[in-house]
Amino acid sequence: MAKKHIAIAAVAVSALLLAGCSSTGGGSTGGTPSGDITVLTNRTDLIKNKVYAGYVAAFNKAYPKVTVKLQGITDYEGEVTTRLSTKNYGDVLGIPASVTPNQLPQFFEPLGDTAKLKETYRFLNDKSFNGKQYGLPTFGNANGIVYNKRVWKEAGVTSIPKTPAEFISDLKLIKSKTAAIPYYTNYKDGWPLGSWQNQQGFSANTNVVADRDSNNAPWTSGTEQYTTDALLFDVVKNGLSEPDPLTTSWEGSKGMLATGKVASAVLGSWAIVQFQDAAKTAGADPADIGFMPFPEQKDGKFHSAVGGDVNIGVNVNSKNKPAARAWVDWFLNKSTFAADAGALPPQVNGKNPTTLQDFTDNKVQYVELSAAKKPALDSDIYNKAEIDLFGKVYRQKLVDIARGAAEGDMKSYFADLNKRWAAARSSVAS
Amino acid sequence: MGGSPGKTGTMSQVTGVTGGILPTAAPPTQGGKKTTPRSGKVRQRKITPYLFLLAPLALLITFSYVPAANLIWYSFTSWDGIDQTKKLVGIQNYIDIFTRPEIFRVFFVSLYYIAASFLQMAFALYFATILSFSTRFRNLFKGILFFPTLINGVAIGLMFLYFFQPHGTMDSLMKAVGAQQFTTQWLGNPDAVNVSLASTSVWRYTGLNFVLFLGAIQSIPSQLYEAADLDGASKFQQFRYIIAPGIKRIISLSFILALSGSLAVFEIPYIMTGGANGSSTFVIETIQRAFTFRQVGLASAMAVVLLIIVLVVTFIQRRLVPDEEVTLS
Repeated sequence: MAKKHIAIAAVAVSALLLAGCSSTGGGSTGGTPSGDITVLTNRTDLIKNKVYAGYVAAFNKAYPKVTVKLQGITDYEGEVTTRLSTKNYGDVLGIPASVTPNQLPQFFEPLGDTAKLKETYRFLNDKSFNGKQYGLPTFGNANGIVYNKRVWKEAGVTSIPKTPAEFISDLKLIKSKTAAIPYYTNYKDGWPLGSWQNQQGFSANTNVVADRDSNNAPWTSGTEQYTTDALLFDVVKNGLSEPDPLTTSWEGSKGMLATGKVASAVLGSWAIVQFQDAAKTAGADPADIGFMPFPEQKDGKFHSAVGGDVNIGVNVNSKNKPAARAWVDWFLNKSTFAADAGALPPQVNGKNPTTLQDFTDNKVQYVELSAAKKPALDSDIYNKAEIDLFGKVYRQKLVDIARGAAEGDMKSYFADLNKRWAAARSSVAS
Repeated sequence: MGGSPGKTGTMSQVTGVTGGILPTAAPPTQGGKKTTPRSGKVRQRKITPYLFLLAPLALLITFSYVPAANLIWYSFTSWDGIDQTKKLVGIQNYIDIFTRPEIFRVFFVSLYYIAASFLQMAFALYFATILSFSTRFRNLFKGILFFPTLINGVAIGLMFLYFFQPHGTMDSLMKAVGAQQFTTQWLGNPDAVNVSLASTSVWRYTGLNFVLFLGAIQSIPSQLYEAADLDGASKFQQFRYIIAPGIKRIISLSFILALSGSLAVFEIPYIMTGGANGSSTFVIETIQRAFTFRQVGLASAMAVVLLIIVLVVTFIQRRLVPDEEVTLS
C-alpha cells in the first residue's frame, strides 16, 4: 500500500516537472531538410480562412519531407514575449517588438551577415545586431493617412494637404460641409495611436531616431516629434476627432471610414487592404479608400517612412534549424504573403503594390531610416522615461489634455515630456 | 487558514452563534478499543494524511509560493521581462516607488471604489435582511441578485461599455424618464468616469456580499425571532438587536475583502477604459510598468508594496474592529 502511495506521488511530481518541458523531434538527413517544424504567427485570420494552409501546401511541394505545424496566437506580443523565457517558442516565429536588438542573439539564430543580405532584402536595420541579421521582414509598410476620398471631395478638398495647417483646415471643411467625423483617433484600443510615431522620417530625415536620442528636448518646435504630436493635439483641440474617445472601437472604425462616417485616420499601408475589405462588406466602394502621406513637404516633395512589418526569425533552441531556415527563405521569396497583404515586398527590387498607387500618383518619396549606432538606446530611453512612443499611454494623455479632460495645455505637457526625456537620457547614459 | 485541524470544534462561531443549529461534535474518541496495531498499519495511518496533503500542497507551491518568491526576487533586479540575465539593483526599485508621487497618486482613484463598497454592503445587507423574512418570490429575487456574480468579469466590462456609450442604454433610459439634460459622456467625462466604473463594480459584487450575509442570517436560530415576536419587537428592532450582532463577523470580513479589493481594482477599469482618462488604478499602473515600459523589476516591487499595504490596512482594520466573540442568548 505504501509503495502505491509513493508511486502516485511520483507520478504527480513528475507531471508537474513535465509541464515545463516539451519535445521537438526531427533533424535533417543529407542535404534536404526534413522533420517537423512549428511556425508561430500573429495572423490568426489567415489560419482561420485557410490561406496559411495554402502556404504550407505550396511549401510541401518544394520540401515534401518537412511537416509544418501552425500556431496562430491572438495576443501575439504578450504571449510570445512570455514564452521566450522557456525554450519552447516554435521553430520559426515573428520576433516580438519587445526584444531589443542587443537581446536578439539570446533568442534567435543568426541568418547571415547584414551587409550580404542587403543585396537581396531591404528593411533590415531593425533586426540587425553587430553586423548579423536575426530576422527578415515578411513585408514592408509605407506610412501615411488612410482617408475616404468621397468625403474629402464632398467637402471640396481638391488636393491633398501639404502642411499640418492645411490638414487642419481641410478637416474643418469636412466638419462643416459633411456629416463625417473628420478624424478618428482610435483612443480606446489605443495601439493605432502608435501609428503617429511610425510616421517618423516624413521630413526626409533618415537619422530622426538618433537625433531624438541626442536631444534633451525633442518636443521643441522644429523637430519631427513636435510636429507629429502638435498635429494630433490640434486635431483634437479643434474638435475634429470623435466626440467620445473612450468608446471607440478599431473593428468598427474600419466600416465607419469605408462608408464615409469617418474621414481619416493615421495608419500604415498594411491597413489599406483591411479598409477595402470593410468597404466591400459594408456595400461601399473600395475605390473610396485613399492613402495620403503625412502633411509635410521637403523640397516640394512628400516623404513616407517605409519599414519592415513583422520580422521572422529562427529559434536559437530549434532542433530542426535547416527546415526552419528553408521555411524562412521560402516564405519570403516564394510565398504570396506580401502580395496578399497588398504590401511592399521585402526584396530590394520588389515592385510597388497597387495599394500604393496614390503614393505613386503624388510622387511620394520613400524614406528608409538609417541603422542606429546604438540599437537599444532609443527603447532604453523611452522605457525609462515611461513615454511609450509606439504605444498608447502618453498619446492618450495628450488627447485628454487637448479635449480638456485633463489638466494642462500643450506647452506644459511638452515641457513635462522633455523633462522626463532628459532625465531618462542622463540615467541611461550613466 | 480556516482549514487547520483542531479548530473544527469552534467552527460554529464563525456565524457568531455558540451552540447554534449545528450539533456540537462529540469529542473524538481515541480510536475506541485499543488493539495491538501492526507496525505497517501504524505507519500507513501516519503517512496517509500527508499523502492527501501532497496534491494540494504541490499545486499551491507551484502556482502560488514559487511565483510569489520569484516576484520578490525580481523586485530587487532591473529585469525587463525578457533578458536572460537579471541585474541586481538592491532596493533601488523601492526607492523609486516612494520617491515618485505619480505612482501613489492613483490610490486616489481607489477612494471611489471604497465609497462604492460601502454602498455595496448597504445594498447587500438590506436585501439579505428583507429576503431572510418570508417574502413573496424570495427565491426569484435571490436568483436575480446573485446572478451578476456568475457572469465573467470581461463580459460585464463589455456589457457596461455598451451601456455607457453615447446614445447607449444609459442615455436612452435617462431620456425615457425625462432626465436627458443630466446625461454626459459616462466614460469620456473625467469627472464621471470613475463613478461609472465604481457603479459597475457595485452591480457586479453586491450579489456575492448578499449571499454571504444571507447565509449568515439564516444560521441564526429561528427561536430568537419567535421570542422577539412574542416580546413585540418590530422588524427593525429584530434587525438591530438580533441580525446585526449575529452577523458581525461576516460584516467585518466583508469589509476587509472590500477594502483590499478597492485597493487592487483591476478588471473593470482595465477592460472598459484601459486606465485612460484618469481611471488608472495601482494594478493597471503596475501592468503598464511591466509590459508597456518593460520594467518588470519595478513592477514586481509595486506588487510587493501593494501586498504590504493590503496587509497593513487589514491589520489596522482588525485593530479598530476587534474580532470578539458574540453571544446572542
